[in-house]
Amino acid sequence: MIAELGHYALVVALLVALVQTTIPLFGAAKNDFALMRIAQPAAIVQFLAILIAFAALTHAYVTSDFSVINVAQNSHSLKPLLYKISGVWGNHEGSMVLWVLILSLFGFSVAVFGIHLPPTLKARVLSVQGSIGVAFLGFILLTSNPFLRLDPAPIDGRDLNPLLQDPGLAFHPPMLYLGYVGFSMAFSFAVAALIEGRVDPAWARWVRPWTLAAWTALTAGITLGSWWAYYELGWGGWWYWDPVENASFMPWLSGTALLHSAIVVEKRDALKSWTILLAILTFALSLMGTFLVRSGVLTSVHAFAVDPERGLYILGILVLFIGGALILFAIRAPSMKLGGLFQPISREGGLVMNNLLLSVATATVFIGTLYPLFLDATTGQKVSVGPPFFNATFVPVMIPLVLLMAIGPMLAWKRGDLPAAMSRLWFAVLFSLVISIGVWWNHSDEPLAPIIGFALASWLAGGTIKEYSDRIGLFRGKLSDSLLRAKGLSRATYGMTLAHLGLAIFICGAAADSAWRTEVVINAKENDQASIAGFDLSLKKVERLQGPNYSLERATIQIEKNGVHITEIFPERRFYPVQQMPTTEAAIHTTLWADIYVSLGEGTRNQGWTLRLWYNPLVSWIWSGCLIMVIGGLLSLSDRRLRIGAPVKKTVSNLVNNSGLKNG
Amino acid sequence: MGRIFYLGPLILFLAIATYFALPIIKGNDPRILPSVMINKPIPNLDLLPLLKTKPGIDQNSLRGDVRLVNFFSSWCGPCRTEHEFLMDISRSKMVTLYGINYKDKQKSAIEWLNNLGDPYKNIGRDSDGRTAIDWGVYGVPETYLVDRNGRIQYRHVGPLSAKVFNEKLAPMIIALQKNTNE
Repeated sequence: MIAELGHYALVVALLVALVQTTIPLFGAAKNDFALMRIAQPAAIVQFLAILIAFAALTHAYVTSDFSVINVAQNSHSLKPLLYKISGVWGNHEGSMVLWVLILSLFGFSVAVFGIHLPPTLKARVLSVQGSIGVAFLGFILLTSNPFLRLDPAPIDGRDLNPLLQDPGLAFHPPMLYLGYVGFSMAFSFAVAALIEGRVDPAWARWVRPWTLAAWTALTAGITLGSWWAYYELGWGGWWYWDPVENASFMPWLSGTALLHSAIVVEKRDALKSWTILLAILTFALSLMGTFLVRSGVLTSVHAFAVDPERGLYILGILVLFIGGALILFAIRAPSMKLGGLFQPISREGGLVMNNLLLSVATATVFIGTLYPLFLDATTGQKVSVGPPFFNATFVPVMIPLVLLMAIGPMLAWKRGDLPAAMSRLWFAVLFSLVISIGVWWNHSDEPLAPIIGFALASWLAGGTIKEYSDRIGLFRGKLSDSLLRAKGLSRATYGMTLAHLGLAIFICGAAADSAWRTEVVINAKENDQASIAGFDLSLKKVERLQGPNYSLERATIQIEKNGVHITEIFPERRFYPVQQMPTTEAAIHTTLWADIYVSLGEGTRNQGWTLRLWYNPLVSWIWSGCLIMVIGGLLSLSDRRLRIGAPVKKTVSNLVNNSGLKNG
Repeated sequence: MGRIFYLGPLILFLAIATYFALPIIKGNDPRILPSVMINKPIPNLDLLPLLKTKPGIDQNSLRGDVRLVNFFSSWCGPCRTEHEFLMDISRSKMVTLYGINYKDKQKSAIEWLNNLGDPYKNIGRDSDGRTAIDWGVYGVPETYLVDRNGRIQYRHVGPLSAKVFNEKLAPMIIALQKNTNE
């Protein structure tokens, strides 16, 4: 009964979304306020209906209602509650419901919080958002309905893939979707602006918070995924350049570019068509990220689970929305008024370079990801493009980008003074030299790559710190004045500073881990010892235990350094009987400077067990760096200028005056 | 700048989209893998029965009539997807289905057939996957059309659906069955 209610709610949501798409758009064209206003209740009802559907599906999972096919195929009565819930989105159909739920949540937020949006823009944004809802609700109802029944119902379900039964992965998809789908908002704003034929700083001020929110969520989602891969897959690595990872990384790169180009639109009323284009492309990459990879259009023979209907439908959606938006772009963008002019050497110039480099980086990842699939589809030839390709193409693009990141924020808008900026960078140069010489001293007989990484990271950190301390006038006057200035800086400024520092920390971690990671594989019986990077590890015992829906072997490993006991860790090897699948639960001893990572392989008491030991230097910096970027994003998001409905400060209102924002 | 700049993204996008769409529209889905086995006699096989009530499969059981040979496993999700349709085929009596149970536990396979129904005339166990290798199976499910002389005529990779069956397999089956009658 409840499943049918969910099904029914989805149908209602589809109908409401149809209303939300058509009537407000028509109203905006006719300048009819009554019709435009329908967008608001429609967006709210659409969200509530999908929420009911999502709740109904969650109910089916929590109560283990195996008469619903989707539950029977992906859940099991013995599964812990957390994974019963995360099982809702651990499969194609359920994840689609989550997708439209988040989509409608964004529409809902615009309807509720966008009080000051100009009415025609708001009506059009919600209409575009509604049309995406129509497409995907239709997709769910026609090809991926999660509420179909199974008769007779099986006694128990087939369980969720054990690899996915993990707290890190339980929250990875929702975060990722929040990011992907969040970019739909930038897309809707871009298309609405194209329909209006007008882009102005006020528009950029509306787009930025949504882009920032999406970017922050996507950063968090990718980080969680990478962290999960690190500790769950038991391979000791954190990024594999695999198509699924790349699919989430591409919208991140172009979203980062969008975030920066929107600043130029907001502050200088320039780069308008480019920003619109980026918004469209970022959403296109997000759609590709969500669907093409899992739809089987690209993965050919490896995705038997998908029927070709779905692939075709998704491709149709992609062509309709992205193709449509690009047609609109080709028609409308040329007539858009050119904005403020600027010199090549200026803050804008720096941000243009940032955008160029990020676009090239996106393109390299795009080519590296799709080329093998192209080749497979046309010639049947199988090639794999792996880390060497990305190291050779992606990394070189990142080097000038990071160099630029320290300089850019020091340049003035409109016309920058490069020599002056460079003279302020002495600190960054010094810092970078000290760090890289220090690193080189300890690793003089090894490849140069990690040293370049450290030099870049410390250059970026040095430049960012100097820029911040100049801003608050540190060491130039009284400390109390500086503190006062520090308090007066906008949260967006702090957000930028933190995000750039986060990247510097990330680069250190990535450089150190990829260059200096060491690995030892041993066969150990109880009480055997091994050492890695100066640590002595001994296998104390291996026990057989029983978990809620799996059996396991748990090893106890003692870590010592120079005879001093440090800690004990417990790597596990689990076996999930329902899916007949073993998983490894690596044990990790994390310190500020390195992780000791142990994964337990197959073995018996008599023959010993295979143990894989890794020493991963600075690996936790990778996730800390990303976490700091996320915090930077959140901080920037809480800035009063972006806070929706907050009173506008004097300085900003000048920009806003001629933009029509007051009409709202 | 100029118009070209604004048209560029659209053109590039359409080129990429066409690239993806063409194989699907033309019907040569990348999943249709050419089989080197086409028009060749089926490889030697002698498989033990899965069920006590039905014989297994050997060389001779696949001769004399047009048949579909379906590789399946209880652990394979897409097999479940196609199973209902296999039951339809079996009820329609249009063509006989032979099942080869690929790398499966006998107990789970029997349970699977008890729960979902058994569309097969004979079922053989290929527990080590050797027969599948001989046939060139890429992954389960796969379905082969075998003519009355025991030659493989068509191979379908992935789950069978009414669409695939009606468009590709049914015409071939009818043609082959006519040949038999002449």
